[in-house]
Amino acid sequence: MMINIKKDKVGIPNRKRSLAKEIANQKYLMILLLPSLIYYIIFRYVPMYGLIIAFKDYDFMSGIMGSPWVGLKYFKEFLQGPYFGRLIRNTLKISITNLIFSFPLPIIFALLLNELKNQRLKKLTQTVSYLPHFLSVVVVVGLLKQLLSPTSGVVNKVISTVTGGDTINFFMEQNWFLPMYVSSGIWQELGYSAIIYISAIAGIDPALYEAATVDGAGRWRRIWNITLPSILPTISILLILKLGSLLEVGYEKVLLMYNPSIYKVSDVISTYVYRAGVQNANYSFGTAVGLLNSIVAVILIVISNKVSDKLSGNGLW
Amino acid sequence: MMYKDKLIDKVFNVINISIMLLVIVVTLYPVIYLISKSLSSVEYVKAGMVYLWPRGFSLSAYEEVFSNELFLTSYRNTIVYTVLGTTINLVMTTSMAYCLSRRNLVFRKSITLLVVFTMFFGGGMIPNFLLIKWLKMYDTIWALVIPGAISTYNMIIVRTYMQGIPEEIVESVRIDGANDIQIFIKMILPLSIPVIATIGLFYAVGHWNSYFNAMLYLDEKKTYPLQLILKEMIVEQDMQGMSSNAFDVVNEQPPSSEMLVSASIVMSLIPVLIAYPFVQRFFIKGVMIGSVKG
Repeated sequence: MMINIKKDKVGIPNRKRSLAKEIANQKYLMILLLPSLIYYIIFRYVPMYGLIIAFKDYDFMSGIMGSPWVGLKYFKEFLQGPYFGRLIRNTLKISITNLIFSFPLPIIFALLLNELKNQRLKKLTQTVSYLPHFLSVVVVVGLLKQLLSPTSGVVNKVISTVTGGDTINFFMEQNWFLPMYVSSGIWQELGYSAIIYISAIAGIDPALYEAATVDGAGRWRRIWNITLPSILPTISILLILKLGSLLEVGYEKVLLMYNPSIYKVSDVISTYVYRAGVQNANYSFGTAVGLLNSIVAVILIVISNKVSDKLSGNGLW
Repeated sequence: MMYKDKLIDKVFNVINISIMLLVIVVTLYPVIYLISKSLSSVEYVKAGMVYLWPRGFSLSAYEEVFSNELFLTSYRNTIVYTVLGTTINLVMTTSMAYCLSRRNLVFRKSITLLVVFTMFFGGGMIPNFLLIKWLKMYDTIWALVIPGAISTYNMIIVRTYMQGIPEEIVESVRIDGANDIQIFIKMILPLSIPVIATIGLFYAVGHWNSYFNAMLYLDEKKTYPLQLILKEMIVEQDMQGMSSNAFDVVNEQPPSSEMLVSASIVMSLIPVLIAYPFVQRFFIKGVMIGSVKG
């Protein structure tokens, strides 16, 4: 302890002086940095401070400071409330189904594209398949509703021709929510998510393939022993990110697709935060639910990163 | 054996090509279907007889959409939000990226940590909402363009790019007496145009496509962006669809709500579809820049 203080006494004045000098030297850099620093503090860190309303009984008139503390009341209310099980179940069900289908498909798509000999078809497929990524969720859900409309949609026209008059009101039926959600997601992101694998494949040394061909390896052997191992680091990093966000099903698309008659299968944590927190102005409760969600999310991403680092040596940090 | 291998190879190629064609068809069909629906006449749409191409060609849906004051206003709003928002994004993102790319910046490590932390944890929807109210930004244009001014991810992409610019170039200008702001504007920005174009496009598409922040932060209908108006139309269509279902045999003949929705969506798509072929390569470059670990 004593030694430390002594050390500091010697060290600080010098360092302080040089730090002040450094800052003076960099005053233009500081001016340039200031707006974005202020931005981060106000729009990223002040909301974090605002999280304390999860432990308070917030009302707008008394403000954050003036509202009384209530401890974990709202967390308990959520955990013991009627919707907790349903929300967790829906959120996990949607994101796991999504992971199972939308994670491997872009990899397969990239591999197949790579095996395509016709360069023009390859280019065309890429160009077309990237397009939906740039459409908004509103447009995607709009397209879905047009295709599936019970009165005039082409899908129901086909169904009613086949069954002799029956139609399916897709957006009102619980069983159809998940398939619609996942497949429209695949439609929108298949091509775009494949880009990263395509570029990883493009970076593989062609000499590897030549050597393998000389050794008599067929197409499957080459894919299995060269292409796949080469893009494995990319795959594992993306998988970490996906696993880390297992509890985050975005509200933007769900809000457009769901309605009270299918809340039972489509209501997820983030949409619940919006409904309970913003629409019903139950600010403290909504914040508590959101906070709980993001804490679990951070834990998940740290764990999945650790696991991936152990297993393959590929971590995010 | 050789013969068999070759046959398998051929079969594989045929299947592969078919899969690719299927992907193309499945991707394009919904968009074509929507365009056709918007260009068909009411009877065919209501009877569900439009499958691929327009039937009974009619522009009535577009006439209706173009005479809708709310729709036109929202279109204008979106353009304003996108231009203003992207400008703010670029100014803020590049200036911060430049500062963090200077290796000698004081507190560089701490600031980077401060920034990266926000990628993993944040206040969430409600604290942000309350902040906007508290700042008196609620129901103003600023609520849409300021809170998302910097995407940390994009900023790091730009920073990494700027770090790749050789130090010697910067030093040579500094010796001539240029300060950091001059170096940034005169040297670094022009050299960073490829990455700025890429993230600028990302930001612009983000603004063009977003509806949620507007729904959260705007109250006045006249200030709504296009996507929010589209969202309301789509939700409304459900209700109208249900009620009109009973009457549509008797009633005639203004364009049905589905046609209006289709036409509005097509209108919202036009800028995206026009720009897409030109900007496509930038997006792809962006994904690859982003995939560099940094």
